[in-house]
Amino acid sequence: MIEIRIHGRGGQGNVVAAYLLAMAAFEEGRFGQAFPNFGAERRGAPVMAFVRIADKPIQRRNQVLHPTFLIIQDQALLKIPGVTDGLLPHGKILVNSNLTSVELSNQLGKEITTLPAATLAKKILGRPVPNTALLAAFFALTQLLSQESLAQVLKKRFKGEILEKNLQLIQQAAELVAVGQWQPPEVSHVASA
Amino acid sequence: MLQALEGSQAVAQAVALCRPQVIAAYPITPQTHIVESISRLVADGKLHCEFVSVESEFSAASVVLGAAIAGSRAYTATSSQGILLMAEVLFNIAGMRVPLVMTCANRAISSPLSIWNDQQDSMSVRDAGWIQLYCADNQEAVDTSIQAYRIAERTELPVMVCMDGFILTHTLEGIDIPTSKQVDSFLPPYQFARQLDPRHPLSLGTLVSPDFYPEARHSHHQALLNAQAEIVSADQDWFALTGRKSGGLLTVEGPEQATVAILTIGSVLGTLRAALEELPPGQPVKLIKLRSFRPFPKETLKAACKGLKDLIVLEKAFSPGSGGIVGLEVLAAVAELPRPPRVHNFAAGLGGRDIPLDILPRLLAVLEEPDNNRFRIIDVDLERLPLADR
Repeated sequence: MIEIRIHGRGGQGNVVAAYLLAMAAFEEGRFGQAFPNFGAERRGAPVMAFVRIADKPIQRRNQVLHPTFLIIQDQALLKIPGVTDGLLPHGKILVNSNLTSVELSNQLGKEITTLPAATLAKKILGRPVPNTALLAAFFALTQLLSQESLAQVLKKRFKGEILEKNLQLIQQAAELVAVGQWQPPEVSHVASA
Repeated sequence: MLQALEGSQAVAQAVALCRPQVIAAYPITPQTHIVESISRLVADGKLHCEFVSVESEFSAASVVLGAAIAGSRAYTATSSQGILLMAEVLFNIAGMRVPLVMTCANRAISSPLSIWNDQQDSMSVRDAGWIQLYCADNQEAVDTSIQAYRIAERTELPVMVCMDGFILTHTLEGIDIPTSKQVDSFLPPYQFARQLDPRHPLSLGTLVSPDFYPEARHSHHQALLNAQAEIVSADQDWFALTGRKSGGLLTVEGPEQATVAILTIGSVLGTLRAALEELPPGQPVKLIKLRSFRPFPKETLKAACKGLKDLIVLEKAFSPGSGGIVGLEVLAAVAELPRPPRVHNFAAGLGGRDIPLDILPRLLAVLEEPDNNRFRIIDVDLERLPLADR
């Protein structure tokens, strides 16, 4: 089972990102579970969402304490204590940032992969919502699920111009990271259920 | 069809398949997505029913009470403070023996204010005279919502379907939504026998003098006890139709020879299942899932507890100044066994506190303690409390 924790701020589409991830897993015949951890329900407040992907039914419903992957929608959240807590030793961090991976990694003393997701989204969607671009990059890095599955679930969630622009956005975002850089074997060892 | 759905959306679809004619609800976290989804189905013309937007939960409960007595299949949903505001009407609905279905998206009660999950809300109205069924996952929430109408209509008792707020309502997972053909065959159109009709005037909920009140109450009590058979048969028939069971009154899983069992109510069951796999204990452990809290299935529970030495009751509410609510009832039931197990009672997950996998070894560790029959809230950091409260 693979566990993912998404950190963002209210209004950045954290829950949508988590749901799209689990839906994409479902699309590929795997088991997916996604749920939010709401704090105060207001824009800008730090929020979390959790995703589990497995090859058999997922029983547990506790929060993800030891994620294999962290997706951070706002780099400023990295300064909040606890955000990277519990990340597995071989775990990976993807951050929405205009800095390069090397710059942000050096700044924070952690290995981090960055994607200018909000900037890209602002350019293509007209709104700085980083979630779908980050998912596309995440899928490309991990090769966990295909870009086609992401496109499929976007088609279930959006339509018209917003869908078209999101499809453009995910294509461009996926091209900005190294395909397969986070690929298994190290992602799949975590126990089941 | 199996779909990746948020629990609330799935329950909304299940309720729509039951063809309710009147829905009245007032939004409250974490129930909101259920009634939002239903109102969207109505607005999109996918569900033909009267959707009454009300100004409070008191009115929501009153509207569905009136609608049901007028002969409609009706539905409402709420949580927490909403259920407290409904309380007076809930007792009336049950006392008038009106078939209704309500979802309680379980949430903690103020004060202190918490929007997160525990089960203090539904437990606070346990004596209202409703059937209360608790769901362990979203599939059960879907299936139980549909079964609830059949149980309600056959027993003339209202049914509260309790699902953990956020943990189920806001979780997206694979859920099988039955077909309308399946639900129609399970749930034929219903005619309420005491439907209000100006040609045959009838009063419901009138003043009852002391010379009949105890009889009315006895009858209500008996109806709830008798409802156990309908709860079991609804689940059996649903299984025959769909291949899925929600667990009748209660279910037991795990090794037959185990002398230790953990009894749960609601969605924590899956986490304990995962814990048993990932952190296998030194001794075999059974899990008992209590689905029906009202009626309380005393005889079935006694049969399930035969041969046990230790029974850990894990619940998400308690009665301040006394202790566990489920625990006390379980204790009273198993006391009738010739060799009753020791009962250890814990409250966990209060106000949304996460229940991690390591709750299992921590629960089992209590069996080694000398003073292990005391009710306690798990995970309390006493250092953060004034000395007098520790």
